Amino acid sequence: MKNKKFTAGRREFLQQSGAIMVGFSLAPAAFAQQPAPKPAPLPGSLNANRMLDSWLRINPNGTVTVSTGKAELGQGILTALAQIAADELDVGYERIEMISADTSRSPNEGMTAGSLSVEQSGTAIRYAAAEARDILLQLAAARLGVAADKLVVADGTVTAGGAKTTYWDLAQNANLKREATARIKPKAPARHQVIGKSIQRRDIPGKVTGGIAYVQDMRLPGMVFGRVVRPASRRAQLESCDEAAVRRMPGVVAVVRDGNFLAVAAEREEQAIKAAYALRDSAKWKESPDLPPQGMALYEHLQKLPSQDSVVNSKVGAPAGGGQVSTVEATYTRPYQCHASLGPSCAVAQLKDDKLTVWTHSQGVYPLRQHLARVMRMPEPSVTAIHVQGAGCYGHNGADDVACDAALLARAIKGRPVKLQWMREDEFGWEPYGSAMVMKLKARLDERGHVVDWQHDVWSHPHSTRPGGPGSNLLAGLHIANPLSMGAPVNSPQPSGAADRNAVPLYEFPNQRIVLHYLPEMPLRTSALRTLGAYANVFSLESFIDELAAAAGADPVEFRLRHLKDPRARAVIEAAAQKAGWKPKQKGDGSRGRGFAFAKYKNLAAYVAVIADVEVDRRTGKVQVMKAVAAVDAGLIINPDGLSNQIEGGIIQSTSWTLKEQVKFDRQRVLTQSWADYPILTFPEVPAVEVVLLNRPDERSLGVGEGSQGPTAAAISNAVANATGKRLRDLPFTRERVKAALA
Amino acid sequence: MAITITVNGKQHSVDAAPDTPLLYALRNDLELNGAKFGCGLAQCGACTVIIEGKAVRSCATPLASVAGKAITTIEGLGTSARPHALQQAFVEEQAAQCGYCASGMIMTAKALLDKNPRPTEAQIKKALAANLCRCGTHNRIVRAIQRAAKGAA
Repeated sequence: MKNKKFTAGRREFLQQSGAIMVGFSLAPAAFAQQPAPKPAPLPGSLNANRMLDSWLRINPNGTVTVSTGKAELGQGILTALAQIAADELDVGYERIEMISADTSRSPNEGMTAGSLSVEQSGTAIRYAAAEARDILLQLAAARLGVAADKLVVADGTVTAGGAKTTYWDLAQNANLKREATARIKPKAPARHQVIGKSIQRRDIPGKVTGGIAYVQDMRLPGMVFGRVVRPASRRAQLESCDEAAVRRMPGVVAVVRDGNFLAVAAEREEQAIKAAYALRDSAKWKESPDLPPQGMALYEHLQKLPSQDSVVNSKVGAPAGGGQVSTVEATYTRPYQCHASLGPSCAVAQLKDDKLTVWTHSQGVYPLRQHLARVMRMPEPSVTAIHVQGAGCYGHNGADDVACDAALLARAIKGRPVKLQWMREDEFGWEPYGSAMVMKLKARLDERGHVVDWQHDVWSHPHSTRPGGPGSNLLAGLHIANPLSMGAPVNSPQPSGAADRNAVPLYEFPNQRIVLHYLPEMPLRTSALRTLGAYANVFSLESFIDELAAAAGADPVEFRLRHLKDPRARAVIEAAAQKAGWKPKQKGDGSRGRGFAFAKYKNLAAYVAVIADVEVDRRTGKVQVMKAVAAVDAGLIINPDGLSNQIEGGIIQSTSWTLKEQVKFDRQRVLTQSWADYPILTFPEVPAVEVVLLNRPDERSLGVGEGSQGPTAAAISNAVANATGKRLRDLPFTRERVKAALA
Repeated sequence: MAITITVNGKQHSVDAAPDTPLLYALRNDLELNGAKFGCGLAQCGACTVIIEGKAVRSCATPLASVAGKAITTIEGLGTSARPHALQQAFVEEQAAQCGYCASGMIMTAKALLDKNPRPTEAQIKKALAANLCRCGTHNRIVRAIQRAAKGAA
């Protein structure tokens, strides 16, 4: 199966991409909406997708088809979910075929986001597989005339003494077209054989041999190539452009002008690019200087914008006892930052017989379908959205928007499929950014060096403007002549939070008050970038903890433990300290230093502690992270190497955010257009990374995809302060900033 | 206008303008998926192929300039059934997350190992300094190249 997948030609690709329908139940969503009687809650995503056969099917040919509403984003989720299914069913891992995120045949699990896929989809698959196994064993018991509890299963073969049958023989009689009950308890961890193993990812052999792996690689018969031409700036209005001249260019098939939306299609890709550039160069736009100020003025500006203020968490406990109380205050900032996926966003769309099909690397094919239908003014059932992998996805990037661009262009081509990929400047210029943020922290310490009072104020734009709500959140939907408006953004409430994610400390302070100043107006569109607000909130909170430890004359690790009861939090902190050989109160030498930080992502997911070793070149201002050591508790580990890969990647990506990254703009236009304007961490700059995994077989699996970024930023910040004696509070720590701070 | 190029030992005639970037001929005319569009500006390395022994950015290489030269893409190294040592090493080390940069990394590494079969870690990092990875799999990529170098020795 593996080899077939990786050498797939056109026909196989179509089969994998949904052209051939299979009989999965897609009724469950309707089921869940029936008013009465209210169905009993089921674990994970089973609750909203209640039919067993919407999750798995036993095939007479010796394979098992497992369907998930979650999408492979390069995080290895399909491998992890296949491991779970194999273990619960007692079949070999190789027998599991995965189908993911397709509105014509997968369960609706909303977004693949928030480090929730193992928790939501993994839990559903575990219970569904356990129940399917039970159904098969009941059938086997009847066929073999043996009590079900006397049966032994190995790789789908069921034996009782000399008698035997197989799942594959039983498949036709196994009725999985029924509602799950979740009454069959999944296996005890001690009996896991596939879970907990570092099974190699299924998709890597194809990706390193030129196999068809990404939506960017799709080729459909008669396909043309598309490119989009974005307005010159955010709210620019098109005054004129020379469509006629562009239509005469070689290979051009269509030019679309719809309000401020411009796109072209051509027979060849390079022809589409030339045509798009010609159209861009001919276009005249009416622009206004409506972007915020750059540099430190941005953060003053953010604090003056109209805000929706809310106390997201507060605790009023005992006042400080007698004696001296000292107050510490600090303000931290984070700029707008990019997802900056290596491959610009891409989609294939085809509009034929009033049916629209889009192949997309969206994180949520169902919400995308809903918003696409609105922009296209089509009934939702006439739209099919099929997930195909794209380049690395770290949140709400251009995937949904490019799908809409391709759909609008497909309408002009009448029947032929079109592949539209953004150019690099489209991606940098128009992807939704991670919000700029300001964090003001204030705390009081008693004379024993305990925090008695803690305040965290955060100013931030929205961290989710994904499709899914009212209106349309697709970029082109805002630009067309008959535009839709974006739904009002909503900040997810605590405990997960969004702008305020991880602003509530896990530490035990007697008094605390966390205030969100939510800025719903977005001069630059912002949305979910890996961790949402947690990256900046953990950066500030954990930097501030070090500032307080210094004020209290305490060692940073001991100071954290002094305020922390959660035994799992304490264990990862101690494990990281031990692995890295943390020496209490060790001082930096002026250029070299070490920093510590910790967080439990969302206060609900993985516990991660990071220790960073840095070298600061005082002359050039360059900060080099030499090494990072992380300790992680993510509950029951499904795939240790996959987990480690996520943590390592998160540390390196966060190092890049922390040292280098910010979107550049003037009062009118975004200036970040290419990698030259948005440098990221390169090989010589990458730290060595060591990861210690604390397996907790009896605890549920916790998401890890976003666990390490916040702690990494703060560990670097604390290491720079430890090395140089100077505290940097404004991200990123560029050479210029560091040099200025040390001057 | 038809231009003849030699890719992975085979001659192909491509009917395209002479200034067409090689990348589009490889991907769309020859249906080779390995080289990727990343930036079109020779800044990221996702489109790297080997031309006459050198790692070259195919997104910024005009088709007419490579007529008659020996071009190797990742498809010319090996298949998933019979992978090249570098491809096998990337699988062994699980040196990818999204994998979009992987072909360019492997082709850059191939050009390096062809010249310097036993590079140091610092030499590998220097050779890859202009190849970008966004998922943060750099250390795995370096280990994979070291593994391939060791296996070949």
